[in-house]
Amino acid sequence: MVRVWRGRAEGKYQAFEVPRHASQTVLDVVTHIQRVLDSTLAYRFACRVGMCGSCAMTVNGVARWTCRTHVDKVVKNDQMEIAPLRNLPVIRDLVTDMSEFFDKWAKAKGQFSGPLTKKEDFQKVKPDSPGRVAVDAGIECIGCAVCYSSCDVVSWNPEYLGPAALNRAWTLVKDERDSRKIERLRAVAGDAGCHSCHTHMSCTEHCPKQISPTAGIAGLKREIAFAVLGGEL
Amino acid sequence: MNVHTGTFAAFVHRASGVLLTLFLPVHFYAIGTTLESAAAFDALLVWTQMPLVKFGEWGIVVLLAAHLGGGLRVLALEFLPWRDWQKSLAAAAAALALAVGLAFALAL
Amino acid sequence: MNFRTQTFLWVAQRASAAVLALCVTVHLATMVYAIRGGLSAAEILSRTKGSVGWLMFYTVFVLAVTVHAPIGLRSVVTEWFGWRGAARDVFLLGLAMLLAAMGMRAVFGVFL
Repeated sequence: MVRVWRGRAEGKYQAFEVPRHASQTVLDVVTHIQRVLDSTLAYRFACRVGMCGSCAMTVNGVARWTCRTHVDKVVKNDQMEIAPLRNLPVIRDLVTDMSEFFDKWAKAKGQFSGPLTKKEDFQKVKPDSPGRVAVDAGIECIGCAVCYSSCDVVSWNPEYLGPAALNRAWTLVKDERDSRKIERLRAVAGDAGCHSCHTHMSCTEHCPKQISPTAGIAGLKREIAFAVLGGEL
Repeated sequence: MNVHTGTFAAFVHRASGVLLTLFLPVHFYAIGTTLESAAAFDALLVWTQMPLVKFGEWGIVVLLAAHLGGGLRVLALEFLPWRDWQKSLAAAAAALALAVGLAFALAL
Repeated sequence: MNFRTQTFLWVAQRASAAVLALCVTVHLATMVYAIRGGLSAAEILSRTKGSVGWLMFYTVFVLAVTVHAPIGLRSVVTEWFGWRGAARDVFLLGLAMLLAAMGMRAVFGVFL
């Protein structure tokens, strides 16, 4: 028996009886409901193979990629509860408005900016340099918002940029090719930035790509502290 | 909101900090009575013989040890190179708190 | 309050935390030792009065607490009680003053 959130911020859970199959994923369940039981259910998906992050939802209280979550792993007493991602406005049913998530990415200066043009040769970056290793540890983020949805500080502080935006800022701060480091450190410092992370590590716990935003955020704290004390910021 | 190790450690750290901050003025006031006279201080020390007060003192000591443990965890996460044993930090903090609590209880 | 000030608060919090880690360890160890056999003013004060070393130690302790507690509370009142703005920071500064005053009164009473 599956309970699914219907409505917006106000709404209620609607119960559906869905047949169990072997190797069934939660996305399979949602798809079945929408195709067979109630075509008015709104939900997002795209690749269905764990590459795009579009299908992220809250399943039995935990933010997950529904296409990569086997029903067997999460079902309790044959019951499952599916809701939209937390910490984001609900457009309808299981669909959230991701605008603020990406706006914060921009606020954190999460875009690469390099000084070279196509006329110059490529900048050579050693793959095993400490900076590049740090970048590689966080670069695989696909912006699925599972971390953002799991973060307690995001739910307590509306201004907080959140783990994904801060992790992306970290990968750019450690990228030796990027030229906007100082601006970026300014953007992610303070109450809205990395200093509000209280190391709950929900982000690290739930990231489907095994990224640890907490590690990157800790790195940002150190960089900013040294930069401010050194007079650079 | 699902609570796992890190969240729990952070909550204990925060709650113990708040409670300790509430306790401190009381603690400072009591010890400050030594400025008036030793007798005034003794009058307050009489309270410490009551079992309930002893239990409260023990509780404060455990809170302090828990807060210290949680704080060391935060310092480790923020300043030490990143490792995979971070979850163990929470366990280490808890162990520290219990050890101190035991030591204090035995001394009481 | 700009990001630079907020960074200083973060640095102050971690620095005072490191100082307190030492102070608390010493304090807990001392107390576990000292409370054995009960407490009396005469017994305590005979050990502490006139001790310059302990006076300095506890002064450092009190000042570190004065920095650490209000900054810690700042996050709590902001995130859990929604208190933002200048009034919050004025209150916390007041708390710092209170802790410093009461703390130093206690230190002087015991060690001077």
